Amino acid sequence: MDFFEAKNITKVFATTKALTDVSITVKKQSIFGLLGPNGAGKTTLIRIINQITAPDSGEIFLEGRKMKSSDVSLIGYLPEERGLYQKMKIGEQAVYLAQLKGLSKHDAIAALKKWFLKFEIMDWWNKKIEELSKGMQQKVQFITTVAHNPKLLIFDEPFSGFDPINATLLKKEILNLRDKGATIIFSTHNMASVEELCDHIALINKSVKIVDGPTNEIREKYKSNLFEITYKGEPGNLYSTLEERYKILNHIEENTINRVTVQNPEKDAGNQLLREIIPVVDVIAFREIIPGMNDVFIKAVQEDKPSN
Amino acid sequence: MNKTLLILKQEYLKRVTRKSFIILTLLVPLLFAGMFALMIWLTVKTDKQERLIAVYDASTLFTGALDDKDGFTKFHFMPLSEFEKAKSNLKESEFYALLYIPDNIYSTGNAQLISEKQIPIELTEQIEMKLSNLIESDKRKIIISETGIPDLEDRLASTRTPVKLHTLKVTETGETTKSSSEIAFIASYSMGFLIYFFVFMYGSMVMRSVMEEKKSRIVEVIISSVKPIQLMAGKIIGTALVGLTQVAIWVVIGSVAMVLVPGLLISENATGMGQSIMENQQYLNNQTSQLADQAILTETLEMIGNLNIGLIIFSFIFYFLAGYLLYSSLLGAVGAAVDNDEDSQQLVFPITLPLILSIMLLFPIARNPEGPVAFWGSIIPFTSPVAMLARIPYEIPVWELLLSMFLLLITTAGAIWIAAKIYKTGLLLYGKKITLKELIKWIRYNNLQKNPYYLYKF
Repeated sequence: MDFFEAKNITKVFATTKALTDVSITVKKQSIFGLLGPNGAGKTTLIRIINQITAPDSGEIFLEGRKMKSSDVSLIGYLPEERGLYQKMKIGEQAVYLAQLKGLSKHDAIAALKKWFLKFEIMDWWNKKIEELSKGMQQKVQFITTVAHNPKLLIFDEPFSGFDPINATLLKKEILNLRDKGATIIFSTHNMASVEELCDHIALINKSVKIVDGPTNEIREKYKSNLFEITYKGEPGNLYSTLEERYKILNHIEENTINRVTVQNPEKDAGNQLLREIIPVVDVIAFREIIPGMNDVFIKAVQEDKPSN
Repeated sequence: MNKTLLILKQEYLKRVTRKSFIILTLLVPLLFAGMFALMIWLTVKTDKQERLIAVYDASTLFTGALDDKDGFTKFHFMPLSEFEKAKSNLKESEFYALLYIPDNIYSTGNAQLISEKQIPIELTEQIEMKLSNLIESDKRKIIISETGIPDLEDRLASTRTPVKLHTLKVTETGETTKSSSEIAFIASYSMGFLIYFFVFMYGSMVMRSVMEEKKSRIVEVIISSVKPIQLMAGKIIGTALVGLTQVAIWVVIGSVAMVLVPGLLISENATGMGQSIMENQQYLNNQTSQLADQAILTETLEMIGNLNIGLIIFSFIFYFLAGYLLYSSLLGAVGAAVDNDEDSQQLVFPITLPLILSIMLLFPIARNPEGPVAFWGSIIPFTSPVAMLARIPYEIPVWELLLSMFLLLITTAGAIWIAAKIYKTGLLLYGKKITLKELIKWIRYNNLQKNPYYLYKF
């Protein structure tokens, strides 16, 4: 079921196009990766979802109905640029922020206490933010984002500023929130975390959405029919067999075991390639190289250039 | 709870519970009371340091006559030889100073006071007074005995008639009330200054609060929960309530003081202070009694009471709120537009210039509340909060007051409209140098949506 939908969003600032006819659909309880180079329009889209900015045209739907201004209380937003009241006590400001999202004071305190206990930071309640390190502040900020139990969570670069231990803790919590029913839109430049977390991605470049689909399918789609063959035997024999039809990209010899990367001109023709080399060399391992999100990102953006 | 209300409450409580607020609120009345007390003390105080003065009286006219029973200055008369000895050894001697009275003092009126230190003026005046009084009364006695009129002394004294102009004001019903131009002047000046202080302090407070939210970047989270206008309204109203709370506390403390202080002062007068006044007056041979002093005090309080306190408080609250709204909305907009202190200072100056100008108008206004400076200053909206308040104690024509209020309200509404535009545009804008020119450009966007920095539509 679609939880969130942005339809044909266009936004122009003076002469600068921020978003051109961008549509995205986010399934309930999924993690949606919003990718794109700097300045592509991601932040504008996120601000439109948060009703900080209004689109010039296009509509936004939540659970199948048009989004109302009161729906902001269903959203939890962690902006890329973090910040809290430096002089205010942590507990007090967390309660205040939760109240602004529509929780009663009583409910806010109850929800926050749970999170503070979970993150083992109960003794920070009466401290001021300025007494905490950057990383500790990030934890508090994360809690203030999720405390009102939002149905839609928007994280902009959530892992920046976290050490690996806390980043892992955070990842676990994000997955946990999804499993408990939250739908998550996740914007980041960290492609490893996209591969790890996102069910679905959309890539925006120069205000236009250029890629959209389930993460696995997109990686599959962007593969270059590369195969890595690990074998024992004469490289010369292999070369003379393959040279005619395949492109040999890379060859490594380690003692008696060799590894070669071959590009197949045809799609989904791994078996054919395997069949051809079995008679010539002793195959130890054979795998197709599926591109990482990093490669997909670079390739998609580069391919997009001529058209613009 | 309504979100504007929530922000308002948050801003209000944050400020009212701050130590600096509590200290300032309690300190200002104390300061006023202290100043008042100091003034009273200064007028009645006597020098209470005990000093011993060696006297050689060549004229032999004053021997034993200089001491008075409660005086703190003691006079020790001695022969010339002893006097010379003391003079050569003044530093080690017990004497504070040496008084040399020549035998021709009657005709010349000259004497010498010799000391190691700089002698306080009060002491020299005191001794001069004693000597001249004694000479005067002595000469007078001679004349009286010559004329043979026994009660001449009293009759002469009765010819002294100090004149004091009591200004009275006639009300519409024909009653006269006591007024005082001095009191109106002081009231005018302090009212003008107080409103300047309030508008400036609380207006800047709004700006700093907006800037703090922008600089700490929390503003993006906040406006993803509430509309920027709600945030701005909550902040401005919350801060205004802090100001009103402060005024209310001061009014309460002031009224309590008005009731308690006169009684306190009068009872004080009857004892300690009265005595010292008596002492002072004694030398003047002027029998101004403590009763007269009490009368002055009650009269002063009565005249303060005759100021139109109701109108003053009403105008104060109106001009504070309107002036504060005018300036705080503009300053709040500046706070939203800039992201560093230098830019803000450059913008704050042109905005607060009229306010600073109005404080310079205060003196001419308080001196002549009916002149053109006073009139125009109190009609032009940017200076009227301060200028009009300075005129209120003099009671001005109703139409002027209404016109001034009307123009101020219209201008304030316009300022809020402009401020809202800037506020919604600048709140999430970082890293751009904001100049007055840039702000004017923002204001002039008819369709705000087309402003590249514009944020909000709702």
